[in-house]
Amino acid sequence: MSESPEALAARFAPGARVTVRRAAPPGHLRTPWYIRGQVGEVERLCGAFANPEELAYNRPGLPRQPLYRVRFRQREIWPDYRGPAQDTIEIEIYQHWLEPAP
Amino acid sequence: MTADSRRHAHDHDHDHHHPTRADDDDRLSHWQAMEIALRELLVAKGIITADEVRGAVEAMDARDPAQGARVVARAWTDPAYKARLLADGTAAVRELGIDMATTRLVVVENRPGLHNLVVCTLCSCYPRMLLGLPPDWYKSRAYRSRAVREPRAVLSEFGTTLPDDVEVRVHDSTADMRYLVLPERPAGTVGWSEDHLAALVSRDSMIGVTRPSA
Amino acid sequence: MRSHHDMGGLPAGPVERREHDYALWEKRVDALMVLLSAPQRRLLRVDELRRNIEALPPDAYDRMSYYERWISAIANTLLQRGVVTADELGRKLAEIEARQAAP
Repeated sequence: MSESPEALAARFAPGARVTVRRAAPPGHLRTPWYIRGQVGEVERLCGAFANPEELAYNRPGLPRQPLYRVRFRQREIWPDYRGPAQDTIEIEIYQHWLEPAP
Repeated sequence: MTADSRRHAHDHDHDHHHPTRADDDDRLSHWQAMEIALRELLVAKGIITADEVRGAVEAMDARDPAQGARVVARAWTDPAYKARLLADGTAAVRELGIDMATTRLVVVENRPGLHNLVVCTLCSCYPRMLLGLPPDWYKSRAYRSRAVREPRAVLSEFGTTLPDDVEVRVHDSTADMRYLVLPERPAGTVGWSEDHLAALVSRDSMIGVTRPSA
Repeated sequence: MRSHHDMGGLPAGPVERREHDYALWEKRVDALMVLLSAPQRRLLRVDELRRNIEALPPDAYDRMSYYERWISAIANTLLQRGVVTADELGRKLAEIEARQAAP
């Protein structure tokens, strides 16, 4: 996806390992608390969308943020997870919440 | 159709249209009064009409899990449709007259070795256009908190047990995508008509808390 | 700090398999949300409604029903946007109260 005044370029490709940033700004956020700081793998790019954090204040939320479906292993997220190692969770996360995993 | 108790794609018996619980006419609550106040102000300002409100209520009433069941039954019987559904759910359901409006539909397929479960931990996002209004339990604290952390325990509360060699994949709907689970077609249904198959598909199986059986 | 509505992963009891048939007033709340957010009006966004719901104090969030939270958020959003004024909303609520009292 190329950059335009209306949409940011995608930084991550499917398969990329990413870390969800730890941050806690006030206002409306769509990155759940439980996934912040966790490492997952980009399953796909879903497209680019206006930023809901800004839409929540009736602002346009531009430029559009690439949105990724990111897959995480449950055993890596929950210290007490009792299910098998292959259980996963997928969450859609906006690009500005993601950094490359170390 | 037969008197098969599962002929409606619901998990409870009721009339064909969704019954509306009677308002408690003795005393309006603060929030019921607020609804009336806003509606009357908006109508007086010419922003909406009473007919539009009535129409929107009727449109939502007309949506129920039977629509989702129809999509599933079509996918079970038509491999090309299933491929289109999995590639672009929004476009594929539009073929059947279902409009996802501002949301996008993602259909996730249960397969041997993979079971999908849908939740919205942050609010209650739900594929309303296909399934109608969500049940209270989907919006509850208990489901929203535990479905991501202990999905197998939640599934067992719905009577669903999965072996350890099956991956349980939870989808937390945090953005504009709405998820529908495409359950596995039950064994013993070879040659069944789409209508007959659709009757097997409950709302709960399209959320992923149960699996259909013949 | 975790926001009160952001509950994924917190401990909780069994899922109560509750369902209720929606009351007419609840369906009307839903209708207002659909009509006001429709592209031809765009008088509120679902994101604004969510922000207003999330801003409810924790005890109110837990005590209020799903559609009570939504109608509260619709009212706050319309006030924030200036679609209705506090004065006209207050007067209308008083008028409804008076209708109830009238024989």
